[in-house]
Amino acid sequence: MLTVANLSRPGLEPTSFELAAGACIALRGPSGAGKTLLLRALADLDPNEGDVLLDGVPRDRIPAPLWRRRVGYVPAEPGWWSERLAEHFQDWDAQAGPARRLKISPSAAERRVSQLSTGERQRLALLRALEHRPEVLLLDEPTGPLDEETTAAVEALLREKQSNGLALFWVTHDKRQAERVADRSFWIDSGRLREAVLEDARKR
Amino acid sequence: MNYIRLDTWDLALAALLLLGVAALSLLLQLRIERKLLLAGLRCALQLALVGLVLTKLFELVSPWWTGLAALAMVLFAGREIMARQERGFHALWAYGIGTSAMLMAAALVTVFALTTQVKPEPWYDPRYALPLLGMILGNTMTGIALGLQRLTEGARQQRAGIEALLCLGATRRKAMLPITRQALTTALMPIINALAATGLVSLPGMMTGQILAGVEPLEAVKYQLMIMFMIAGGTTLGAVTAVFVGVHRLTDNRDRLRLDRLAGE
Repeated sequence: MLTVANLSRPGLEPTSFELAAGACIALRGPSGAGKTLLLRALADLDPNEGDVLLDGVPRDRIPAPLWRRRVGYVPAEPGWWSERLAEHFQDWDAQAGPARRLKISPSAAERRVSQLSTGERQRLALLRALEHRPEVLLLDEPTGPLDEETTAAVEALLREKQSNGLALFWVTHDKRQAERVADRSFWIDSGRLREAVLEDARKR
Repeated sequence: MNYIRLDTWDLALAALLLLGVAALSLLLQLRIERKLLLAGLRCALQLALVGLVLTKLFELVSPWWTGLAALAMVLFAGREIMARQERGFHALWAYGIGTSAMLMAAALVTVFALTTQVKPEPWYDPRYALPLLGMILGNTMTGIALGLQRLTEGARQQRAGIEALLCLGATRRKAMLPITRQALTTALMPIINALAATGLVSLPGMMTGQILAGVEPLEAVKYQLMIMFMIAGGTTLGAVTAVFVGVHRLTDNRDRLRLDRLAGE
């Protein structure tokens, strides 16, 4: 579904991989290694070179706003453009179910966005991205600020979306989470991306 | 019209006031006497020069010389816009955006006022064209400088929110709309305040000048109203143009936010 060939930008060496529909790739690496740079390049938020195709259609043949609706990106610190939570959703009322599943308190909508906790904002940003029904979702530490129980809820929701065909590219610092959620694991260091299996073999 | 002329002696008396306060500063060891006297001297020289140039221009009534003077005014104002940008667009871009927006807005509004309302003979008579242009230019310049500064500042501060909108599939225009609005509100604040406070808080300089020159207050008010409307129109036109070009420059054709195009990145 998502084909990446020789994608590069300052801080990222030419990178190639394929992500199939319903698959999940986990990406790990030290901080400053280029994880966020790679995600931003895939979402086309910064100038970059190389070929990225979605279902065989080159990215430059798809208007950028449409591309980002199909290839969603949830950064580690999501941005908000209004203090009213409901304004960030097309239909906030329809979010009641998923919000309950992610253990977001029903009173969240009455509070100002800046008064929500980091973890609540993280989960709400995920819901906000899922509302647009992306085909690929780029996640930067989506459970970073969450406890075990909420992490499990997020993983369960994403697994369900995955079984409906959503492809995930999941940045995590947690090796066990990578093993839990992903069928393939990548490792990035100094802007160089490799399959993590090779990394482990080299270490041994 | 009964108009009281000032002679050299009157001016000397007025200048004596400046010397007096300079002496006071010396006496109280305030150390502002040097700055005060230098600024006073500079003011006298600049105004004398402008007086000579205007006298010559008024004698000539030439479209070419009037146009040249107008162009010089626009270029100086453009420099002023550029100098007021802090960590905004690179100098050349700020100058280009500011000057072209100002030239367009001020020229349009001034020609509109001259050909349809004031109607001097010929329409480019510098006695009317240059003061009118000067007033419109001064306000448009402030509006554009404020608008561009607020736009670039807003893009930096609200980057996360703008990119969140882009990530959800907003076009660059839609994602930049909140800071576009903020920039234009800031740009138009001075002129909207001036429109609201005129007459109650301040007597506008031009109206005061006409009254001193012997014009009936109600006649002076009519002139002032026309000028205020021209200024409001010109400032809005110039600020909207500059801010929209600025938004275009801050984003690219793949709908990305390009903060790397700002100075100091």
